Amino acid sequence: MKSDSSMDKNSPIDRVIEWIEYRLPIFSFLKHFSEYRTPKNLNYLWNLGSIAGIILIIQILTGLFLAMQYTPHVKMAFDSVENIMRNVNYGWLIRYTHAVGASMFFAAIYLHIAKALFYGSYKSPRELLWFLGIIIFIVMMATAFMGYVLPWGQMSFWGAKVITNLFSAIPVFGEDIVIWLWGGFSVDNPTLNRFFALHFLLPFLIVATVMIHLVALHKHGSNNPTGVQVKTEYDTIPFHPYYTVKDFFGFGVFFLIFFGFVFFSPNSLGHPDNYIPANPLVTPPHIVPEWYFLPFYEILRSIPDKLGGVIAMFGAIVILFLLPWLDGSKIRSANYRPLFRIFTLIFIINFIVLGYIGGMPPEEPYISVGQFCTTWYFLYLFVILPIISRKEKLKDLPKSISATFK
Amino acid sequence: MTDTKTNDTDIESEDTEKPTRRDFVVLAASAVAGVGAITAAVPFIRSLSPDASVLAVGSTEVDLSNIKEGETITVMWRGKPIFVTKRTPNQIEEVRSVNLAELRDPQSDEERVKKGKEQWLVTIGVCTHLGCVPVSGKGDYNGWFCPCHGSHYDSSGRIRKGPAPANLPIPPYEFLSNNKIKIG
Repeated sequence: MKSDSSMDKNSPIDRVIEWIEYRLPIFSFLKHFSEYRTPKNLNYLWNLGSIAGIILIIQILTGLFLAMQYTPHVKMAFDSVENIMRNVNYGWLIRYTHAVGASMFFAAIYLHIAKALFYGSYKSPRELLWFLGIIIFIVMMATAFMGYVLPWGQMSFWGAKVITNLFSAIPVFGEDIVIWLWGGFSVDNPTLNRFFALHFLLPFLIVATVMIHLVALHKHGSNNPTGVQVKTEYDTIPFHPYYTVKDFFGFGVFFLIFFGFVFFSPNSLGHPDNYIPANPLVTPPHIVPEWYFLPFYEILRSIPDKLGGVIAMFGAIVILFLLPWLDGSKIRSANYRPLFRIFTLIFIINFIVLGYIGGMPPEEPYISVGQFCTTWYFLYLFVILPIISRKEKLKDLPKSISATFK
Repeated sequence: MTDTKTNDTDIESEDTEKPTRRDFVVLAASAVAGVGAITAAVPFIRSLSPDASVLAVGSTEVDLSNIKEGETITVMWRGKPIFVTKRTPNQIEEVRSVNLAELRDPQSDEERVKKGKEQWLVTIGVCTHLGCVPVSGKGDYNGWFCPCHGSHYDSSGRIRKGPAPANLPIPPYEFLSNNKIKIG
């Protein structure tokens, strides 16, 4: 034992802690969390990260218990889900929590992204934090898609068919890739079986990416509503107890909404056609994806060309990687950028309209509105944002975070 | 750091012995969270118990007319093998002459069969040691022998030798007629 450290620590517990710490620095790691300092002006939008974290845990937990009852085979999948609903003790609760949980996860993540857009949280020095976020978002979408296939209802089957067929738009290799994804000549048992395996795996990749997301966050700390960097200790408060308590309050509000849906309206976010067993010979008349995919689905649908639509849809996500450079402003928060503030809000509203149109049948006026909104999405990011962010007249920034507290 | 006056009084009152309103709120919130966490754990734990479809498994009827004397048939009941044996008079006499004090799990043969139907032995074919299925007509006692760890049962299904602690259990059953039993 080191002579310098055992001077005034005489209790046996302290010695055990010291023994472990010398070999595995777990206690100084925990100390980092209890002493982690955070800007003192964070508003409730900064609760969304921890809310997304708790819903990730809920999804993994409910998913694990569902996997103990679910059968990933085309002949039994639908029936095994019904068995969960009818026979398994509290099976209805676990399934509804998992299904509504996916919606809540995306709701929280969309708000989390909107917060980052509005307050410039993607800007230097947080570009890699932003990249990791986009990667989590993409893996989340893949995970949710594969999970939705598992009950093997009509929407499951046709969703699987449509999404896998996106890859058939790839020139030359497209068809081969799709057959490889399917493990056959159509969406069938091999597809369902591998989607189950991947749907189990991907959440753990999300967990790993979230860890790195947090490492990147803790390197430079949270952004804040002024966008001004922390300058002195007076700008910050320790995370615990101030933001742990605030996060717990956020959890309370979130759970009220979440379980309001689970207990009183569990199917309102889903589609009734997924209660019809999959039929490979009949596509339902009004096939729509889950609500959280609608904006991207609408971008796909707005382009009257197969490859073009697929490129636009994936491009709409990938372009977010360029955001730290498309936005050339020296300051972060939209609160001090009058033009950017208006355009960001319009961008968010435009995205919501895209989602709404995505849920409508492909007929006029929805086709034209959808195409207009798609154009706006890209026009804003590629042209308007780079220009206004470099030209606009900025409001005076506060000198420091604590200067905004009178 | 002191921001305002009210904060000061809060901090001071925390130092005194008297519980503050804040202490009460912390206690109440922790209690609600604790009860909530336990309540949330219940559905997960209960979901692994036998579900309604498993509990609904009822009874099994067995036709005895084709069983020869000295023969054992195996039927499935609740996922487990049930041995139905038509014993020979020799076997019955043998197991009834055993001194009960010699047995690890003392039980007379009369307790293990239905009165007037001494010929028929119905047991759950699961070794009481670690759950293997004993082999009929093997072992040192003219009954069953468990291949997993070498337990010997006599033709009353009683443990005679080896690590198993108890006799082969008797399932609930009744005779519907001379040639038919209902297990369960």
